[in-house]
Order: sequence, then structure tokens, then C-alpha cells
Amino acid sequence: MDTEFLQTMALTFKLAFITTVILLFIGIPLGYFLSQTRSRLKPALEAIVSMPLVLPPSVLGFYLLLAFSPKNGFGAWLDESFDLRLVFSFEGLVLASIIFSLPFMVHPIQSGFSALGKSLKEASYILGKSRLQTLWFVLLPNIRPSLLTASVITFAHTVGEFGVVLMIGGNIAGETKVASIAIYDEVESLNYDLANQYALSLFVISFAILLFVYAVNKSMLRSEFR
Amino acid sequence: MMQINISKPLHTADGTIDLHVNKEIQKGDFLTLFGKSGSGKTTLLRIIAGLETPKSGTIVVDGEVWFDSSKKINLPPQKRNVGFVFQDYALFPHMSVRQNLEFALPNKKESKKIDEILEIMEIENLSDMKPEHLSGGQKQRVAVARTLMTNPKMLLLDEPLSALDGAMRLKLQDELHTIHQKFGITSILVTHDISEVFRLSNRVFKISLGEVIDDASPSEVFANQNISGKFKIVGEVLSIKKSDILYIVEVLAHNEIVKVTAVKSDIANLNIGDRILLSSKAFNPILTKI
Repeated sequence: MDTEFLQTMALTFKLAFITTVILLFIGIPLGYFLSQTRSRLKPALEAIVSMPLVLPPSVLGFYLLLAFSPKNGFGAWLDESFDLRLVFSFEGLVLASIIFSLPFMVHPIQSGFSALGKSLKEASYILGKSRLQTLWFVLLPNIRPSLLTASVITFAHTVGEFGVVLMIGGNIAGETKVASIAIYDEVESLNYDLANQYALSLFVISFAILLFVYAVNKSMLRSEFR
Repeated sequence: MMQINISKPLHTADGTIDLHVNKEIQKGDFLTLFGKSGSGKTTLLRIIAGLETPKSGTIVVDGEVWFDSSKKINLPPQKRNVGFVFQDYALFPHMSVRQNLEFALPNKKESKKIDEILEIMEIENLSDMKPEHLSGGQKQRVAVARTLMTNPKMLLLDEPLSALDGAMRLKLQDELHTIHQKFGITSILVTHDISEVFRLSNRVFKISLGEVIDDASPSEVFANQNISGKFKIVGEVLSIKKSDILYIVEVLAHNEIVKVTAVKSDIANLNIGDRILLSSKAFNPILTKI
């Protein structure tokens, strides 16, 4: 196996891992808020969270490209203030992936929280426990299957994304070239063997991930209530 | 002692009603809130616990203001120190019985108290079980045990026995009674079961459409309608058959089919499916222990 292949695969999983970890920290408060709120803004917020599900990735990538471009106000400000260039860089890919995979993290967590009866939360409050204690000791342990599902689906989805990455990351080996881009690239240059190597790897890994989720979730549900 | 004077609009199946309660509850009372579903009794209990906020009014317990709409005071449930037993018991499913009690304990150093309460409630043997594997009666006991861990000022019970069968119900009624006696803890129980009212409470609020329409001891409240010299049961007409010069009416009353003889004038207005009142004035029904 050549080093570029390994480098690309490593980059792909590094991107997915970082994206998943950051999204977990965003998804838990956001999913909790959405499951509890009775605000009139809830439908609007839910629509925004779900947008990446229906929007062509290229649309999202296009606007992110415009926003992050150093030629425009926001991108220029980032460049000047933080020395941060989000176009054609790994940091930009992470940010784009976070936005693009947001619904995959938030939805399972939100429905996990919604499925818990409100009496668990209320019982904990009455026993004198704060909101944070209740979230950490009572609610989160009871939605572990949802957390696992959310994390793994987010990870897998980030591994598989193409449009956004292509628009905003481009194809810089070791920096923004991820596996799905590499497949396209190799096919373009009629390098079918290498394309197949990438494709088969993704195929096998995706299957293994899903198999893991279903197997673990099943045994977790069982041991949870033993 | 609790003074409560609150009002809150409730949206029920019968339209919007106004829950309005202005009462005093004495220390050590066992009060039942009795009424049909949708009358506002559970909401009243939740308001006392701080789980729902009244539109206006005050709640003062032992001189401490829990709620005052004019001063914008609303103590959160965490600060009210009440015990609440939910209809579904709300035991934490991922914790064992002991862990449920331990979680409730405000001071982790007092772990001796867990064993004490486990023993009093006779659930030591369930200590390591997860709630999933407990029966309804056991869950109810664990739920009560858990509320006792915080030494609550008041025990609020939201129909905790409604999901249990007859024998278990009676047993747990006795247990609630014992706990009330033992800890002297002011208790408020929501129920729509008259026998529960009689067995447990010394005072009952009869609530209808958000208003407390009766406030007295159980025997006073139910004196007029249920304990009277006359014998009467509500039933439904199943069939009307002619037999010689009489008619035989079959009536379904409390899952029993009763045959009643009638004359022509009695059945003139009766149709199958009508709801009727079966009553007897002159004859005393016979009591037989079963």
C-alpha cells in the first residue's frame, strides 16, 4: 500500500473523529434543548438543524466557500483576527463537516431525550438535584443507546461526505484530500485499481461500523435492564 | 402548616376551567384529593411540588414562602423538600434499588440511612435489583422509600396505587398508613377511589372542575350519597322479557347480572341499554362475608 493511500485514509478518519467529538458536545445540549423547549422558535430551529439533510451538499459548500473566502468580510476578519483560513484547509473541513453532519448527531439525541418520560427529570428535581446533575446522572445514562447511534452515524456520515468537502476543501493531499474525493480523483485519471482500493475500504469499514452499532446497541439494551 | 391560595387556568377535555384553591392544611394531616380525572387534582399536587406554576396566588409552608405571584417568588422543586411518588413511580432504570436510594440521599456520609429505610420498607432483598424486574407493588415501595431519603416535609402521592390489583392495593394502603403514623409526615394523596379515601385520610377535598366543592372528613363528605339507609346501584338494562303477567328485566350492575321483576307501567319508558338506578327502600340487603 502506498503512503498516499494510508495518509488519505488516516486523514479521513481523523476528520470524522474530530467532527464527531465536537458534535457530541454540541448535540447533547442542542438535542436536550429541542426535546424540552416549548418555544415558538422550536420549529424554526429544528428546520435549520435539519437543512443539511435536504440541501445538496454543493449548495452548503458553495455558501461556506463564499463565507470563508478571505476576499469576503467574514473570511477576511477570520484571517486578520485569528490567522485562520478556512478555505482549502483541514480546519475548514472540520467546520463544514460539523454543519453538514449536525442533524445526524442531534436527531437521535433529541428523540432519545423525548422518549424518556418527564417524570424521571421531575423526580430528580424533587430529590433536590440540579439541572446539570439530573442531565448527567439521570438522563444521559438512560439515552446511551441514542448517544452511541448518534456518534456512529455521525462518524460514518462524515467519512462518506463528498460535495461539501470538494467545494470547500479541494483536493490537497495530506491536508484536505479524503477518501471519497480520492475515489473520484482516481477514476478521473482512469486509475481504477486505486479507486477500487479506496472504495472497497470504505465499503468494508462502513459495514463494520453499522454492524458494531447494531450489535452493541442490542447487548447494551439487554444489560441495561438486567 | 401550609396555606395555599392559588388559581390557574386548566385546559381540559371539557374546555378551559379555572383551578382555584384557597385552603389551609395542618401539619400531620393525611389529606386526599378526590375527584374525576380532569378535575385538577393532580395539577394541584404538582403545583404544591413546584412542578407547575400557578397563574396567581401564594403558597406558604411553615412560614416559608414557596410561591408568591405578587412578589415574583417561586421556589424551584429542588428547594421545597417534598417527597413525590409519581403514578409511574419514576424509578431511575439504570440504577439498582440501592443506587436509587443512594442518589436521593443529600449527604452521602449518611449511608446508614439507606439500610434503615430499606429495612423499614421491607425491601432489603431487592437492594441490588434493577427497577425493570420489580413488580408494581415493589416499585411503589421503592418509590416511597426513595422519597423518605430526603426527610421530606410533605409526602405527595399521585395515584400511586391505581395500577395495582385489589389485594396488593389493600396491603399498600396499610403500609402508607403505617408510614404516615411512623414519620408523622403530612401527606396528600390524589385518588378517585372512595375506599382509599376512607382507609387513609382524615380529611378530603372533593374537587370538581377546579373547585374544592367539599372539605371535611371522609364520612362527612360521602355521607349524603354513599352511606344512606337506602340501597341503590346504577346499572344498565340488558333485556326485557315478558313472563306471564310480569316482565323480567335483566340489569347489568357492577359486572353482575341482576334479574328484577317489573309490571307493565315500570317498563313503559325502559329501553335496552338505558342506564337505571336499582334501589330498595323497604327491604334491607343481606350482608354476607365472602
